[in-house]
Amino acid sequence: MKKLLSILENNARIPLEDLAAMMDMTTEETAKMIDEAVEQGLILGYQTVIDWEKTDESRVQAYIELHVSPKKSHGFDEIARMIARYEEVDSVYLMSGAYDLLLKVHGKSFRDIAFFVAKRLSTLDDVLQTSTSFLLKTYKYRGRLIDASESDEREKYFL
Amino acid sequence: MMNYDALLSPAAKEMRPSGIRKFFDLASEMPDCISLGVGEPDFATPWIIRDTAISALEQGKTKYTSNAGLAPLREEITRYLSRRFGLSYKADEILVTVGGSEAIDLAIRSLVSPGDEVLIPEPCFVCYEPITTLTGGIPVPLPTTAENGFRLSAKQVKDAITEKTKLLILPYPNNPTGAVLPESELEEIAAVLRDTNVFVLSDEIYAELYYGKDPYISFARLPGMKERTVYVNGFSKTYAMTGWRLGYAAGPLPVIQLMKKIHQSCIMCAPTMSQYAAITALRSADEEIERMRSEYDTRRRYMVKKLNEIGLTTFDPEGAFYVFPDIRSTGLTSEEFCEKLLRSKQVAVIPGNAFGSSGEGYVRISYAYSYAHLEKAVNRIVAFLKEISSPSYER
Repeated sequence: MKKLLSILENNARIPLEDLAAMMDMTTEETAKMIDEAVEQGLILGYQTVIDWEKTDESRVQAYIELHVSPKKSHGFDEIARMIARYEEVDSVYLMSGAYDLLLKVHGKSFRDIAFFVAKRLSTLDDVLQTSTSFLLKTYKYRGRLIDASESDEREKYFL
Repeated sequence: MMNYDALLSPAAKEMRPSGIRKFFDLASEMPDCISLGVGEPDFATPWIIRDTAISALEQGKTKYTSNAGLAPLREEITRYLSRRFGLSYKADEILVTVGGSEAIDLAIRSLVSPGDEVLIPEPCFVCYEPITTLTGGIPVPLPTTAENGFRLSAKQVKDAITEKTKLLILPYPNNPTGAVLPESELEEIAAVLRDTNVFVLSDEIYAELYYGKDPYISFARLPGMKERTVYVNGFSKTYAMTGWRLGYAAGPLPVIQLMKKIHQSCIMCAPTMSQYAAITALRSADEEIERMRSEYDTRRRYMVKKLNEIGLTTFDPEGAFYVFPDIRSTGLTSEEFCEKLLRSKQVAVIPGNAFGSSGEGYVRISYAYSYAHLEKAVNRIVAFLKEISSPSYER
């Protein structure tokens, strides 16, 4: 299962037959294993890695560090799950260290994100403090280098 | 004016050329060329190994080592050989060399006198024959075939042995075919050798890249074989350390001592920082080599399936990182196939006959590449096969 997940994590579009060959299983067994992984919640979905900067789509991303104050009635989990429901929010993490929650958010403009922070996040009773950092340029994303393909320095022919 | 033709050694001039020079020149003019032609890992050397070399340099460990190699490294090699392959050697039976290639060179030069015959299974890596020729030895090719999984048979060895036979090369796991000899067949060969004085050079540089179901057996493990075997291994393939130039030989003391004497005259010692790094490789990189092995295995299965699917019969190799598809169904020779594939689709693969005439009709494809790269190359090969099978194709 671990091997299947690690192959799919890197390339979700491998045809089932090829995947089966790689796994040394039949296509039926492989399909069944994928179904199981989905049922068990190991596979949450399949996404495409897109470099939006190369499109004319205007897209701004930011990381927001949040200090929150958990209460007896609702702890970090409840606060985090509530924030996670906002559609601007892509990811939510509980962190060790200087702050409690880390959010990755997106919007069409800096203004969008600024408004989101000011009107929706800061106004929450549980949120004590926010610190927003806008993402300026991406060099590597999900293990893939952006605009810097690694060249193969090996000799093309070598016995 | 110097007459270089008269000046240069006839023996060296007659060494078999690598036969792929023209492809190399062609490919170098094609920026879009995708290669499946390399003989080395695509992984970088594991960081922990590189880090050790950096520390060695920082600490000024930049002098010669003893001729045989650093004592702690040779100790570590003996522990490794025992741990992984059940081979028992003492540290003074180990010689650290500049790659496995130097170990092969030294072994052949230490054993072979003019007129001695050297049995060389083919297809195989290209160095055994020219080195044998340079020593005045006579290479005796033992052709293997796909029908027999490119495995050397005991009968072939038996039939080839004459009074002049000095050395048998056992290049398994094999470059270019990926063939591996199982214990039962190694034992049959051992049985043939037991009553003879024939020595064995077991080139096991790909020993860690083995994907078979039965346990991997080293030839020197078989009863009575250690005393007549020089075992060659190295760091290039296993640890993705090709550029570090580090290998070693293990064998009976008199042979290793003579090899050391030649090594001392022409090399002095293997690179010092590489030797320090190698100690770390042997001690702390088992997980890394398993990770790489498992990745090669995944790609291997993919390539074997794909090539068979597109009509190039490919036997299931159990070792190294090559597949050796049969291209005879295309009606082309190995070289024609490679040249046309390169010119038409910019994919570089190696003609099988570069590894001996029994490789004719095959090409060597390396799978030391990412899945995405392999997939792209396979698609181009599919397009090529379609192109050459069309009735309007000009041969």
